[in-house]
Amino acid sequence: MAKFKISCDEATTICDKSQYGEATLLEKIKLNYHFLFCKICLKYTDQNTKMSQIFKMKAFDCNKANDCLSTEDKEDLKKQLQELEA
Amino acid sequence: MNTFGTSESQMSENATKHTLDPNTWVNKYADYLFKYAVARVNDSNLAKDLVQETFFAGLKSAKNFEGKAAERTWLIAILKRKVIDYYRKINSNKGKAEVRMNFYHDNDKEGNWIEERVPQTWDNDADKLIETTELKAALEQCIDNLPEKYAMVFRMKTIQEFETEEICKELNITASNLWVIIHRARTQLRRCMEDNWFNN
Repeated sequence: MAKFKISCDEATTICDKSQYGEATLLEKIKLNYHFLFCKICLKYTDQNTKMSQIFKMKAFDCNKANDCLSTEDKEDLKKQLQELEA
Repeated sequence: MNTFGTSESQMSENATKHTLDPNTWVNKYADYLFKYAVARVNDSNLAKDLVQETFFAGLKSAKNFEGKAAERTWLIAILKRKVIDYYRKINSNKGKAEVRMNFYHDNDKEGNWIEERVPQTWDNDADKLIETTELKAALEQCIDNLPEKYAMVFRMKTIQEFETEEICKELNITASNLWVIIHRARTQLRRCMEDNWFNN
């Protein structure tokens, strides 16, 4: 079982990775083995899932935001380009 | 009108040859380039500057345009270099915000939680998880407290939802580098939100 033993630092790294669905099976096994002895990391994982929900909200907002340049900015850009071309 | 590359008549003869028409750049591509930049630097003023620099650089090197790529692809390639230059610049900046360590690194407790950084139980976290503008503002504040490089990688991966591979390629880092950065950013954010949101 020694090869499954990991530190809290490693365990939480795997936990972070798994929040994006990118932890490997072996990593997940190591993580769950770590939980048997470490309730702190278990708590971290629980809170991490909540953090992911908050990040998701933020991501949703960000994706629906319509990032466009204002007409004013565009007119400025056009003027500057024309000056350069002249 | 000042048109670079092949003329319209040549275009019809050879459809694969692309041309540049700087007079139409702003109307056709400004928003597209701006969105691309803002997703990577998360600062609309900076993104605006990068778009401007891209158009200027495009105009300067228009004579070297070979017509192999479409106008937009060519402009994006220039912008991409501008974004990378920006990343390089912030990477080399000293004295930026520090990443606070959450784990021991230098003694027999290596990899264990540092006592005072151990996650605390969150007060009424269920109530506090409701979607509010304050919550997002608190999070934004916490992300801003991260060192710039960490904030950028974190945003690209988590907020903009880029693929790991894409970020690694663009920033020229390995996947394990990326996960170390994400891990440090997330542990720091967890702590920051604990102090400023959940337990205050």
